[in-house]
Amino acid sequence: MRAWIIARAGTWRGLLESIATLRLGRRATMEQALGVVESYRGLARDLATARRLAPNSRTTAGLESLYAQLHALISRKPRGGTAGLRDLLRVDIPQAARELRSRIAGMALLMAASAAAGWWMISTFPTLIGLFAGEAMIARVEQGHLWTEGILNITPSSVMSVGILANNIVVSVLAFCAGIFFGLGTFYLVALNGMMLGAVFAFVHQHGLAAALFNFIIAHGPVELSVICVAGASGVALGESIIRPTLATRRDSFQACAHRFAPLLLLCAALLVGCGLIEGFVSPDPGFPLASRVVIGVSYWTVMMILMSGGLFRRPTPDISHSMGT
Amino acid sequence: MDEQISVQSVTGVDLTLNLAGPGTRSYAFVIDWHIRLLLGCAWLLLASYAMKLSLNARSPDALLSLLPAAVLYFLYHPILEVVMHGKTPGKRIAGIRIATRSGGTPSTASLLIRNLFRLIDSLPALYAIGLISCFVTANRVRIGDMAAGTLLVQDDSAAGKTLLRLDALSGSRLPLDTLELVDQILERWPTLALDNKRRIAGSLLARVEPGSDAAGLADLSEADLHARLLALLTAHAPTTDG
Repeated sequence: MRAWIIARAGTWRGLLESIATLRLGRRATMEQALGVVESYRGLARDLATARRLAPNSRTTAGLESLYAQLHALISRKPRGGTAGLRDLLRVDIPQAARELRSRIAGMALLMAASAAAGWWMISTFPTLIGLFAGEAMIARVEQGHLWTEGILNITPSSVMSVGILANNIVVSVLAFCAGIFFGLGTFYLVALNGMMLGAVFAFVHQHGLAAALFNFIIAHGPVELSVICVAGASGVALGESIIRPTLATRRDSFQACAHRFAPLLLLCAALLVGCGLIEGFVSPDPGFPLASRVVIGVSYWTVMMILMSGGLFRRPTPDISHSMGT
Repeated sequence: MDEQISVQSVTGVDLTLNLAGPGTRSYAFVIDWHIRLLLGCAWLLLASYAMKLSLNARSPDALLSLLPAAVLYFLYHPILEVVMHGKTPGKRIAGIRIATRSGGTPSTASLLIRNLFRLIDSLPALYAIGLISCFVTANRVRIGDMAAGTLLVQDDSAAGKTLLRLDALSGSRLPLDTLELVDQILERWPTLALDNKRRIAGSLLARVEPGSDAAGLADLSEADLHARLLALLTAHAPTTDG
């Protein structure tokens, strides 16, 4: 045993040094990296020997540690860089969006139904608006003004944008993650958002301000509401993966689902940054006429659809007829 | 006691991973929480006193004063875990790291998914859902780990350093287990109380050096005891075990 350890000690020391260098990444040479990969099998053999001959020794513990470090280093995935981002936009996001198509439609329907319910509720029982809006907001609308009027005099657009986009991203991420509660958390969040929208519209309609509110939200609203539906659809899929697992275990199914739809959520977050900027700079600014707001809203929504379909980054299909000589 | 799992490897020799329990996990989190809180507060102080920026959330200065502090506080975990390959300063101090279920280094996507689910794990307060999940799941994981396919494991890279001292074996007359004991005592030397140093080192030296005088050993200074132990690792003599 002693002679064997003495004979192998140099190799292990060399490996430790190589691992330390490779962890830093850029200073390592190709030969060093290949050498470490080659020595992985040899180290496994040494560890098996040490486990058999001296199971509770510090040398074996040291080899266990070295083996774990080498295993982690070898199995480390390379950083994707721009190619990874391109694949994300070209393959992963469109694939996830296609898979979620029916659920997105379902979420849009739920939101529309909740909005209708909210509208009916406030039209029938106006005093219930206190459930959806703060006192200051209610008082301002009752005075004949939208709460968004003159907001730029209080808060600069840039600051407002950051606050809005952070809030929207948290809501979308929550709509996705709340799917863990068998999808019920997601249903609740989407329905609540829809109901709030309908209720507030009904309330401002009673005071003759519905057109002004529409004017305010048309530039950022289409993408913002669509993003909530997309995040909600991902959350529902997450819940479904636990209720009806498609892999060996519920955990595997949940994990696979989270990985499949997370790229879509990344796109949603990026789109919400744009929404925040529009809501901070365009929506509250009375200088923008309705027509330009509609153009911004529809254009941005079209960009979202193109990104979700992968159309912008699609590879040109190779012409098979030419290569086959027909 | 720590729990272990075995992971199959392509070499046919299983990899043993020591799982970090809720205690170690919380310890690392508390350290990280203090670090990010300090960083955030330090930035606010810098912005307020050195840069003379307003801390009012509605002033234009907020983008330079409040936003960086918020970024430091809220994006600390995702950014550092990605940059440090599954570690943070807190995890490093607690001696743990994030690993995939196959023992590998987690991908950026996995680390980001793990952090997204903090929103759920932290509900309703003080990471209650995450902690309960750690207590009831087989691999002691929170929901974020389940979604990302990750584990929190002990990072015993310090144990690997034992291998650096194995060269001493070629020059020592002591058996392997005794040498490892000496090595372990020397490793723990700075953390031992003086009385314990005298007792442990004296007992060991009396055992491996039969001719030594117990009373004489008790009179040795701390530095002399350390030197005698070091000498055991390097003393040249014929080997006595195979």
